[in-house]
Amino acid sequence: MSNIETLVKDLVEKHGKSRNSLMPVLQGIVKEERFLSEESMIMVAKELDLSAAEVYGTASFYTFLDTEPRGKNIVRICKTISCHMKGKDEIIEALESSMKIKVGETSHDKKFTLLTANCLGWCHKGPVMLVNDVVFPEITPQKAIEVIQDYAKNSK
Amino acid sequence: MSEYLVNLKVNNIAVSVKEGTTILDASKKLNFNIPTLCNHPDLSVAGNCRVCVVEVKGARLLAASCATPVSEGMEVFTNSEKVRTARKHVIELLLSEHNADCTKCFKNGHCELQDLASEYRVGDHVFIDLVKSKDKILDISSPSISKDDSKCIRCQRCVRTCEELQSVSALAVVKKGDHQRISTFMNKPLDEVVCTNCGQCINRCPTGSLTERTYLDEVWNAINDPSKHVVVQTAPAVRIGLGEDLGYEPGERVTGKMVAALRHIGFDSVLDTDFTADLTIMEEGTELLTRLKRALVDGEKVALPMMTSCSPGWIKFQEHMFPDLLDNLSTCKSPQQMFGALVKTYYAKKKGIDPKNMVSVSIMPCTAKKFECGRPEMRDSGYQDVDYVLTTRELAMMVKQAGIDFMKLDDEKYDSIMGNSTGAAVIFGATGGVMEAALRTAYEIVTGREVPFTNLKIMPVRGFEGIKEAKVMIKDVKPEWAFLEGAELSVAIAHGLHNANELMKAVRAGTASYHFIEVMGCPGGCLGGGGQPIPTSPEIRQKRATAIYAEDEGLPLRKSHENPEVAQIYKDFLGEPLGHKSHDLLHTHYKERKRY
Ligand code: SF4
Ligand code: SF4
Ligand code: SF4
Ligand code: FES
Ligand code: FES
Repeated sequence: MSNIETLVKDLVEKHGKSRNSLMPVLQGIVKEERFLSEESMIMVAKELDLSAAEVYGTASFYTFLDTEPRGKNIVRICKTISCHMKGKDEIIEALESSMKIKVGETSHDKKFTLLTANCLGWCHKGPVMLVNDVVFPEITPQKAIEVIQDYAKNSK
Repeated sequence: MSEYLVNLKVNNIAVSVKEGTTILDASKKLNFNIPTLCNHPDLSVAGNCRVCVVEVKGARLLAASCATPVSEGMEVFTNSEKVRTARKHVIELLLSEHNADCTKCFKNGHCELQDLASEYRVGDHVFIDLVKSKDKILDISSPSISKDDSKCIRCQRCVRTCEELQSVSALAVVKKGDHQRISTFMNKPLDEVVCTNCGQCINRCPTGSLTERTYLDEVWNAINDPSKHVVVQTAPAVRIGLGEDLGYEPGERVTGKMVAALRHIGFDSVLDTDFTADLTIMEEGTELLTRLKRALVDGEKVALPMMTSCSPGWIKFQEHMFPDLLDNLSTCKSPQQMFGALVKTYYAKKKGIDPKNMVSVSIMPCTAKKFECGRPEMRDSGYQDVDYVLTTRELAMMVKQAGIDFMKLDDEKYDSIMGNSTGAAVIFGATGGVMEAALRTAYEIVTGREVPFTNLKIMPVRGFEGIKEAKVMIKDVKPEWAFLEGAELSVAIAHGLHNANELMKAVRAGTASYHFIEVMGCPGGCLGGGGQPIPTSPEIRQKRATAIYAEDEGLPLRKSHENPEVAQIYKDFLGEPLGHKSHDLLHTHYKERKRY
């Protein structure tokens, strides 16, 4: 069995075969793999007896369930109005030039993907950056670069 | 649902309806029409388009009438100023995102969105036009179905159709917000996914987003080419559907007028798929009896229950979903393809036409047949057996393009040979019809007597119940069929792929013990096919079924084995059912396809 097959089987075993398990199973895969590959969605469809289109439909609804390959760390900058007014553009520019990738792209070493996100509920402390699950409120361009450099050092 | 009655007023008129009735249906009872787009009588309630809003006294917001049940004392206004303005805005908002190039649209004149725009006299757009480009966003990968996202209003009727009626779910809602689309797994082209080409989504799409792939130009070109002999065949269900697109109410039989129209249009030979429907009964009936003999007498392991194979949407479904049951399918080609293989061999020879110069066209209530005619197995005549398939709807367009006043035509008869048929062939168009036709013939072959049902009407296999069952006791058989003496033949019938799916699960699990199963891919059978006139509803399909059974009763011959042209083709050409020639021309095989 491939890794992904084992992962899906384990997750389905844990959450059960009902349709309600679809979200937790997809989240479980994203946690391990950072994104949902075609193969993994087909596996889920088979295990939960759903059509592949239904699985893809659900996955593509959620911003945080990616269906494209992603780097080990996913960096998201809030693009919604409050953060926009507090200078999210400068943060993005700083990150793009220091990481040498544009929004939507993944670094060559596959360590980082840079994305934007809709409001993260931290408007009072914008601009906000999210790295994987960790929130960095009131971020400045300088701080953002430092955080990314820390992640680069710590992730092999 | 309980029988408890609820009293309400619609536009100040009192009405009592059953508890649970929607405002939409209660209003309909009083003949107040409320427009709908996402709602459909065959589907679950979605309530997403809001075009059906009404005012309910005391409520702050307008209510979606298709999704709101009535309540005691309710006062509803279906046509107040507020309602009309809101509806107009809903339509305008839909159009602000819609590639409304009606004059170039296949649905021009048959479009629910266009009808509403016309009814509400939507003039200059009050909302910002969000359609960036007036380009089609086309998927024409499938030979049956054309999908244009720029025409989609995301009502999701297609998604519900594919899931609820067909258990296929090839289509889903993907992404969200302004990126929301109706799409396939990973946005793959339709011909790469599990779509069966049944066309049921087309029948319910209110816009030009989902339509059949049309081959009208190709057929006109063939007709206009003097070097071509263009042969046309018409499926059983076309004659009871076509009228709906040409001014008649549902349930009108227009067989003779249709034949006349086809001649006016310029087809060189006007023939009938019903002829090969009769032939199918001879081949498939013999196949069933042979399988039973091998199982019961020779003790061989044969695939039973045997399942019918006339419906190409059902065949593709089975290839994707139940590849382990492919051996159970009858090896008989569909009547369309039997016809195609014979027209370029037998017919060509009899009439002295070089098959090279023949173009074979079929008129079908079906979109899956457009896919079927291109299958690589369907070239047994040495040519592509059927060149083009048109839907009933496309034929209606041809009739209009040809300037024919259809209602005024005098009835005409099909050409001979391959134009004669029996009532048994006509009922192929309704769910249970193939079974009934097969029983009429098989029972008589085995016992020498007519089936023991009044006037040949085998009522247990008729009707729209999802899965029907019947048992026929076989007694006093002819000596050569002694092994069937006292046997009880057990049969089942499913229509619509949702019901087929349920039945197949039971067969796979071994909890169903039938000898013979009929499956039609579309709800109601071919009469509800994906190529039939739009709209469709349970009532409309009922009227079409009534017409089919009336056509059967009106014919002098009602058993396939009594068709003189069938006897003739066995004598002159095929030899015997399941013989060598039959094997080469009339039978086929299936292949496993990916479920995901
Ligand atoms: S889908 Fe209807 S409204 Fe849209 S362009 Fe076609 S005919 Fe016009
Ligand atoms: S043609 Fe049939 S199977 Fe294909 S998408 Fe439409 S409803 Fe589903
Ligand atoms: S394709 Fe047609 S039926 Fe499907 S959502 Fe779009 S408009 Fe509705
Ligand atoms: S706008 Fe950025 S967190 Fe709300
Ligand atoms: S028809 Fe009622 S909300 Fe669409």
